[in-house]
This record gives sequence, C-alpha cells and structure tokens, in this order.
Amino acid sequence: MALNIPDIKRIAHLARIEINDSEAEKTLDKLSGILSLIEQMQAVETADITPMSHSQDVVQRLREDAVTAINQRDTFQQNAPAVDGGLYLVPKVIE
Amino acid sequence: MINQSLKNLSQMLAKKELSSVEITQTFLDRIHQHNSQINAYITLDEEKTLAQAKAADAVIAAGNATALTGIPFAQKDIFCAKGWKTTCGSKMLADFVAPYDAHVISQFNAVGAVNLGKTNMDEFAMGSSNETSYFGSVKNPWDVNRVPGGSSGGSAAAMAARLCAAATGTDTGGSIRQPAALCGFTGLKPTYGLVSRYGMIAFASSLDQAGPMAKSAEDCAMMMNVMAGFDERDSTSVNHPKEDYTSKLNQPLAGLKVGLPKEYFANGLDAGVAKVVEEAIAQYKKLGAEFIDISLPNANLSIPVYYVLAPAEASSNLSRYDGVRYGHRAAEYDDLMEMYMKSRAEGFGAEVKRRILIGTYVLSAGYYDAYYLKAQKIRRLIAEDFKEAYKKCDIIMGPTVPSTAFKMGEKADDPVAMYLQDIYTIATNLAGLPGMSIPVGFSNDLPVGLQIIGNYFDEARMLNAGHAYQQVTDWHTQMPKGIE
Repeated sequence: MALNIPDIKRIAHLARIEINDSEAEKTLDKLSGILSLIEQMQAVETADITPMSHSQDVVQRLREDAVTAINQRDTFQQNAPAVDGGLYLVPKVIE
Repeated sequence: MINQSLKNLSQMLAKKELSSVEITQTFLDRIHQHNSQINAYITLDEEKTLAQAKAADAVIAAGNATALTGIPFAQKDIFCAKGWKTTCGSKMLADFVAPYDAHVISQFNAVGAVNLGKTNMDEFAMGSSNETSYFGSVKNPWDVNRVPGGSSGGSAAAMAARLCAAATGTDTGGSIRQPAALCGFTGLKPTYGLVSRYGMIAFASSLDQAGPMAKSAEDCAMMMNVMAGFDERDSTSVNHPKEDYTSKLNQPLAGLKVGLPKEYFANGLDAGVAKVVEEAIAQYKKLGAEFIDISLPNANLSIPVYYVLAPAEASSNLSRYDGVRYGHRAAEYDDLMEMYMKSRAEGFGAEVKRRILIGTYVLSAGYYDAYYLKAQKIRRLIAEDFKEAYKKCDIIMGPTVPSTAFKMGEKADDPVAMYLQDIYTIATNLAGLPGMSIPVGFSNDLPVGLQIIGNYFDEARMLNAGHAYQQVTDWHTQMPKGIE
C-alpha cells in the first residue's frame, strides 16, 4: 500500500513523535522504500502456518507471588527529568 | 601482551608475570592513544576500572582466581552497569546512569573481570555501520575511512585495534557477526535464550541476544562459560544445562558434515569475498570436514520479515521513553501530549524514528494480520528450512556479509541498501539459532568473515570448528597497521 503525507503524520502521532512538513516528506520517501521491501512477503502462501513468536518450544514460567525487590525509589529517581517529594512531575492533566 | 589469548593472559596472571592492574593500565594507555581517532569507547571511568583491577589482583593473590579474573573487557553501551553512564548510543539516554547491573555485567563482575569502559554503538542497536550513534561514527581500524559495521561497532573497533582483551556485543539481526567480519575477529551470537537479556536495553526482544566478540573461538568459548546461564529475571531465558564451552575445542573435525546453502552464494555476493570464503572451505576440507549442498528456500524473505518484526517490537519497547521517569525531556511544552511528542522527536535519531514509525504502522488497526502475523508465519517457514537442513548436516557455513567494509556515508542515506548488509545473518536470529563469524582472510586488504551457523545449543561444536581452523591459520592474530 502506498503511503501519503497525512498517513505519515497519523503514524507519527500514534508513535508520539512530533514531525514537521519537511521531515514528513523525507520520511515518506524512506518509509515507502522500506514498505516495498516488506511487500515481498505478500507473495507467500501462509494460510495454514502457525505464527512463530519464540524459537524454542517454551511456556511462560510462573513465579511465587512474593516480594523480591527492595524499594529503590531515590536511586531510580536520580535519572528522572523532574521529581518533587518522591513524585514524578508531569504537566497538569486534570483540570 | 595486547595480542595474547585470554588463556595466555589468564596463565600470566596466575604465574604473577603480570598483574591485572598492569594489563588494565596497558589497555587504558592504548585507549588514550587511539580512541580519539577510532571513537570506539564513549564512556571511560578509570577510577572504577582500576579499582576492579586491584580487587582482581587481591583475588588472584588469595588463590581464588577463575579463568577470566583480572582480564579487562570492553562492554557494549547497551548493558546497564551500575553507576556507569549507559546511553545505548542515544541522545535519549545521554545522561542515564544505570542503577543496576545487567545479567551479563554481573556475570563478569562475579568472576572478577574488569570493565574497561562502555563502547559506542548504533543508536538503540539499529544500524549496520555505527553511523547512527548520537556520539559519532566509529572508524574501522583496518581503514579509518570505512565503517566498522554495526550495531556493535565500538566493541568491534576496540577489538580490532586491540583496545581491550575482548568485548561484548549484542546481535538482533547480525550486530555481532557483521562487525566481526568487517573488523577481522571472532564473534558469536548464541542460541536465543542462552544469555540473559536482563539489563540489556531492549530493541527487538524476540531476536536480541548477547554474545562474545574476541580474537579467537577459544576466547569466545571462555567468555561463553561466564555469559551463558539461566536467569529467572529474563522470561525468555532458557533453562539449558550449564556447559563447558572449552571442552570440545580440540576435537578432530574428521567426518563433520557441513552444509553450504546455495542461497548464500548467489547473486549479490562480492567476488573477492566469495574467493576468500572458498579458500576457507578448502582449508576445512583439509581438516576432514565433508561438504554438502543444501537449500534454505525462504532465506530471501528474512529481510522483509525482519523489517516487520524488529520495528514492531522496537516501537513497543521504545514507547517507554516518554520523558517522565528517565531519559530526555524537551525544555518547552504546553501540555503532556506535547511533552511526549517533543521529547521523543528530540531524543531519537532519524533511523530510530523510522523504525518506530514502521513498527507503529504495521501494528496499527487493520494492518496487524497483513504484516505482523504474516511475518511471524514466514518466520516459521525460515526456521523450518534450517530444521530440514540439519537433517543432512551438522553445521552450516557461508559468508557472513556479502562484501567487505564500505566507506563512511556510502549507505547512510539509503536504509534499504544498509539493511542488505545483514542478508546472510538475519535468518539465524529469526530461527533463534546460534551464528558465528571467524576471520578467514582479506579481499583488497579488508577482512572477510566466514559464517558458521549451528543447530540449537550447538555452540560447543561451532567453537570447535572455529578453533580447529584457527590452529592451522593465523588470520585471527593479524592486526591492522599503525596500532601496534
């Protein structure tokens, strides 16, 4: 499927990445090339094939419902752009 | 000293001919001498590094050393190392200091190995030339006008220029093997699930795998003994019995059945590379290996499949970078949405954004079946091809990369041309199989790699094949000019 500029802007919005008009133009060109590469898949008949997500035949492990980690809030928040009193600060979302 | 095997370094340490501090200082001095040109390392912390070396010397003096105690390693900057800046080659994480150790790092720490520093890489491991790093491109020590490959390009250049005893890398579509081929050393991507991904910054979780980058198969085997092992904290870690990867190194190759996939020798393979690979095959015949022709009929689909699955998983994994808990946050914004949009627009580079957008598109409403599900189905076909092949042979050989190292900038503006670098390596990631590259000669003075693909958990046999070849050749001991 051929993409257009409004498609690129919609996808960028879904991905939460700001994009201006000239970037969208350049991106359209590059993404169209990549998508035509991907299109080669459509020639393959795959109706009866089970999708593969993990190379080993494994099942998800269960674990004890027990506390295993200590609270390291102060350590972790040293990497945060903005904190106050142990809380992460973001712009106001509730009026 | 800089070209000694890990085994020799270990013995020299045990005999007190050298101390860990001396070895470590030698490599630090070399880094100071050469890194400004090569840009292999992006973070050094000599205080931490030398403290580890001193501690290792105490362990050795107390008689408690194991094989890698006191040996200095370069760590790809994708591994969280407590107290070390861990950037993943991105502006997004330019100031991120890891609050904990990745499993791989803690495994090295546990045996008293020394962390020399964090190596440059393509941003979030997305690239095959190390040109997408926020911290600048890495130069190939064999020709500084050429790329070292990627994404583990910093580890690769550090290895080639002997700025470390050995290094770690990660491989999602070829990121250990392709730079190993382009920089002329040995690199192994283990079976998916063999090395824990805990603390390794995620790109495409169903494909990402860490592995050793070293001078020889023997060095890789010694590193695998430390890196491999079950880890509760990685939900895809496979509970495979602990192995000694050095135990089979010296087995004879007589009777080893090697498959040559015809698709790996078809159009697109550079003639100079083909010639060197043929010579390596001839050498293997002398060692007693038997060659048969095989086919991987769906191999040509691995790049299209990969460029659906990897970006899809990346778009999900990289959604965590929201400018709230860690990572870059834009300076100015009016509301929460604008904060997300601007922080991510500023924090990610062009290639990372492209892959997030592709991933977002293929996962968006109405396209999931046509792209993601379809790709997962063809992924099974690719894995089945290998299963069929391994009914006829023990291991598979072919070129690692279609050509030698290309010039800086040559493919930087053409993502599709760049993606074709991984045409021979991606299928093993999709199938979850182990793959290795060993240096087997030069074409126009640039290194050429031979790829050895094994069956699941057959790393010991692959390393045996690599080691046997390295006992009768000296490509793996050759160093680029000007770095002695």
